[in-house]
Amino acid sequence: MKRMVTVFLGAALVAGLAWATPEDDRQAFVEYFQNRFPDVAVADYINGVYAIDPGAYEQWVQIEEFAPYELAIAEGKELFETPFANGKTYADCFPNGGIGIRQNYPYFDTATGQVKTLELEINECREKNGEKPLGYKKGPIASISAYMAFTSRGQVLDVKIPDDPRAMAAYEHGKEFYYSKRGQLNFSCADCHVSNSGMMIRADRLSPALGHPTHFPVYRSKWNDMGTLHRRFDGCNKQVRAVPLKAQGEEYRDLEYFVTYMSNGLVINGPGARK
Amino acid sequence: MRKMVAAFVTAVVCTLGALMVPAASSMAEEAQSAVEQGKAIAFDRKGGNCLACHMIATGDLPGNIGPPLVAMAQRFPDKAKLRAQIWDATAINPHSAMPPFGKNRILTEEQIDLVTEFIYVQ
Ligand code: HEC
Ligand code: HEC
Repeated sequence: MKRMVTVFLGAALVAGLAWATPEDDRQAFVEYFQNRFPDVAVADYINGVYAIDPGAYEQWVQIEEFAPYELAIAEGKELFETPFANGKTYADCFPNGGIGIRQNYPYFDTATGQVKTLELEINECREKNGEKPLGYKKGPIASISAYMAFTSRGQVLDVKIPDDPRAMAAYEHGKEFYYSKRGQLNFSCADCHVSNSGMMIRADRLSPALGHPTHFPVYRSKWNDMGTLHRRFDGCNKQVRAVPLKAQGEEYRDLEYFVTYMSNGLVINGPGARK
Repeated sequence: MRKMVAAFVTAVVCTLGALMVPAASSMAEEAQSAVEQGKAIAFDRKGGNCLACHMIATGDLPGNIGPPLVAMAQRFPDKAKLRAQIWDATAINPHSAMPPFGKNRILTEEQIDLVTEFIYVQ
């Protein structure tokens, strides 16, 4: 009898997992962090590690006052508005002329069956108009992305998973990546940004995963430069001595899809400044 | 004659001393240096980098993902168990955040021996 109950419970659990929708996942994710940091308001997770570290928060507010990403926004605006050789501009490639749309990225494109990120579409726009694609991790693409994020500040992240098995597969793929241990040091993203969030890894406090994508691209003091979200993924993979994957390759786009979906409902506050 | 005997005895004592005394102290030195070498490996960011996660006496800016490494000989009377924890923490806790230093060849077997000597005396 006891055995049967166990079997039954096991089956229910497995079935429960199979039925867990992305929305169930997201709610569980938010709840986890609410329990872990009961004093932190959900809306504040957009501030990354500073949301959970009052001491560092004060310093950060001062840094944000002389926002080190300001130049990038100005450069991005200029690049965004300068016509290509054929006379078209980025505005022609995006909904609403590219203004105030950051919160809808990444999205699943049912026409091509893949996850589209903002940076990917910036380059697609260039290529469609006969221009060479830009590097994905830093430089002009980070500036254009910074400007587009800036025009979207205050908009609510709204990543959708359409009713399409390929979209679900991309989401699941990103989720699996997030929880899989990798690299010689054997860490998953979740090891650092979920289970050990708030802890110190040497002198760095680990930020919670919730809110990670709201403020990208970021100006990072350690880089002395702007970087995209995929540049950050690259760095976090290298830290654990894993071979970093290609920026804007399928793995990182699916990863961004999962991570950003988890932050749905939070507002865009990019670009940001980070240590 | 007496003088000669004295000289002889002194010589013998010195010779013996030269053999004996340094031999004894070199054993102590070796143990001492295993601990010292282990410490260097444990603290090296490109080596064990144990301070990333553990408080260890005299180490600067330790992390706190893992427990402080104190009173180790009491907690791990069996040195082999301590070594096993360092060699592959995931064998004991599959979800461990601690890198499997031996299994993934982050450190060599010899380096793990040295680190174990150092941690054991914490
Ligand atoms: C060994 C620990 C570790 C692992 C594993 C790790 N990270 Fe990080 N990550 C850090 C540290 C340290 C920082 C900088 C401090 C902070 O904001 O957490 C950071 C920062 C970030 C940031 C920027 C946060 C911000 O507010 O700007 C993102 C995004 C991020 N990591 C994503 C990931 C993803 C995705 C993975 C897995 C592919 C991952 N990390 C794996 C340690 C790690
Ligand atoms: C990235 C994090 C991390 C690093 C680096 C790390 N550890 Fe750990 N360590 C842990 C965690 C977490 C535990 C708790 C038990 C577990 O989950 O395996 C632990 C447990 C231990 C224990 C058992 C302590 C006890 O009281 O049970 C020992 C001993 C230990 N670590 C030694 C080391 C040594 C030596 C190094 C460096 C060569 C090291 N650790 C590096 C995270 C780490």
